[in-house]
Amino acid sequence: MRKDYGGRTVLDIERLEVRSGETLAVLGPSGCGKSVLLRLLNLLESPTAGTILFHGEPVRGGPGNRSLDVSRRMAMVFQDPLLFRGSVEDNVGYGLKVRKVPVAERVQRARDMLDAVGLGDLLSQNVSTLSGGEAQRIAVARALVIKPEVLMLDEPFANLDPPTRHLLQEDTRSILREQGISAIFVTHDQEEAARMGDRILVMDNGKIAQEGLAREIFHEPETEFVARFMGVENILRGEIRESSEGIARVAVDGGSIEVTTDREAGRSVTLGIRPEDVTLVPVADIESRASSRNSFIGTVTAIEMRGPIARVTLACPFELVAIITWRSAVELDIETGARFGARFKAVAVVVIDDDTRLVRDINEAEGPK
Amino acid sequence: MSTASQFFHALWLSLAVSGSAALISAVIGIPLGALLSEFEFPGRKTILTIVHAFMGLPPVVVGLYTFLVIMRTGPLGSIGLEYTVTVMVIVQVILATPIVAGFTHASLSEVDSRLAMQAMSLGATRIQATIVKIRQAREGMVASVIAGFGRVIAEVGAVSIVGGAITGKTDTITTLIVKQTRLGVYTSAALLGLVLIAISILVNVFLTRLQAGKGASEIGKRVTGYSD
Repeated sequence: MRKDYGGRTVLDIERLEVRSGETLAVLGPSGCGKSVLLRLLNLLESPTAGTILFHGEPVRGGPGNRSLDVSRRMAMVFQDPLLFRGSVEDNVGYGLKVRKVPVAERVQRARDMLDAVGLGDLLSQNVSTLSGGEAQRIAVARALVIKPEVLMLDEPFANLDPPTRHLLQEDTRSILREQGISAIFVTHDQEEAARMGDRILVMDNGKIAQEGLAREIFHEPETEFVARFMGVENILRGEIRESSEGIARVAVDGGSIEVTTDREAGRSVTLGIRPEDVTLVPVADIESRASSRNSFIGTVTAIEMRGPIARVTLACPFELVAIITWRSAVELDIETGARFGARFKAVAVVVIDDDTRLVRDINEAEGPK
Repeated sequence: MSTASQFFHALWLSLAVSGSAALISAVIGIPLGALLSEFEFPGRKTILTIVHAFMGLPPVVVGLYTFLVIMRTGPLGSIGLEYTVTVMVIVQVILATPIVAGFTHASLSEVDSRLAMQAMSLGATRIQATIVKIRQAREGMVASVIAGFGRVIAEVGAVSIVGGAITGKTDTITTLIVKQTRLGVYTSAALLGLVLIAISILVNVFLTRLQAGKGASEIGKRVTGYSD
């Protein structure tokens, strides 16, 4: 499916499947096309090329052209609550009203829905008096009350403070599970994607970069883009010098890294190490255990305190970023210019398949088909 | 007919003619404005330009051309609308409708367009989604009709040409003021003038309050649902 706006392709996907009852988290930076994807799937817009199938049947989208009956089996929640003027009850009952549900039933279902999410006492309140969190919860209730088969959510909790966000994530997840609602949840927050999604789709510039379980996306990124986006900050390129019994020694600029992999010697590889997997120790520790794998001595070039954690950059001589607790940073007395040891396990090193990058390069050279 | 009864008749007639014209203009103008704002169709921009242009039509010219069409010796003379109250309402509808449509279009354009998208994503048809936007810009709709009314109740050119300002039959506040001033019946004319000023002031007070009370920030608040 492809979508162009004014000659520019903003979305280009070969194939995407959302399974019944699953929550698919769509993750990516701003501008990667995830919101466009959602609008297309919700039939608010029509694709420039390609077809959308709902339970195997092709459906149409776009103003004036929508398959209304299918469209009515879905609902969407946006980043802003987008509540309509009036009372909470008017809003929650809106979807039922356009489906011509009789007033009495409408009011009852609205009431039940609000009670279910713990907002029953807000029923007759005017929406202009709601707080941000309440408003967004009403927006979600408004979408759920129509019992959609598919719920689309476009960064619904992005504007909320963390505690409210976590509460809503939990509530939404359990309601979706309980009622077997399929959902497509767009977010730019990896944690949220992992929390909400049964499967995660990572998007980059209108294309799918990787699709899979949270574990796979976080720990087995298939491209450098996915790795970086998922927080694998240490990316090093090198060549396998030796490989036996599942462990390979990779020569990188300025050192040697041991990796658990079956790949053979001679191959170029891209390695990724999560900063959380890098342990910082005093230099003496490294020197006394010279045979230890993946131990390096480096100079601290930068320290960034981020609340409870500290992000430390070392030159080993290749650059290595470590994330340690604030307490550890204090105990180790880390400061710029000081020398420290850095260590990580061979199993913690991710091999990002260079083949994938090669395939991408070839495609770019050949141009669009 | 006594001066007093002329006075009251003119008062009643103005309110009736302009009131009816305003209501009819609302029925035509609001949907027209909504159509121009919410739907795409060939010629949309042209029609919108015409609507904006017609907002400033000189009443006397509208009166003239309408008269030329409905006068006894004109193309539609057989309908017999010459010098009737009916044709007075018609010319005022022609004058007020562009105002209603233009204001409606402007008000709806200011409403967050995502609201229509949200309504449709909840199952609304395009028309139902447009109604959501109309409700959101309620004040704009009311203001448009009041503005239309304000325009036509104060005009004299159109109604005097097509109505003929016949005493006790087609004399409105404005046409009677002209007549009485010429005849030297100054007290009555002055009183009529005061009434018209009062109506004008009321119209403008309403309009100002409607616009001030519902500034963009208010509407924005409702859309995002925050009160802080």
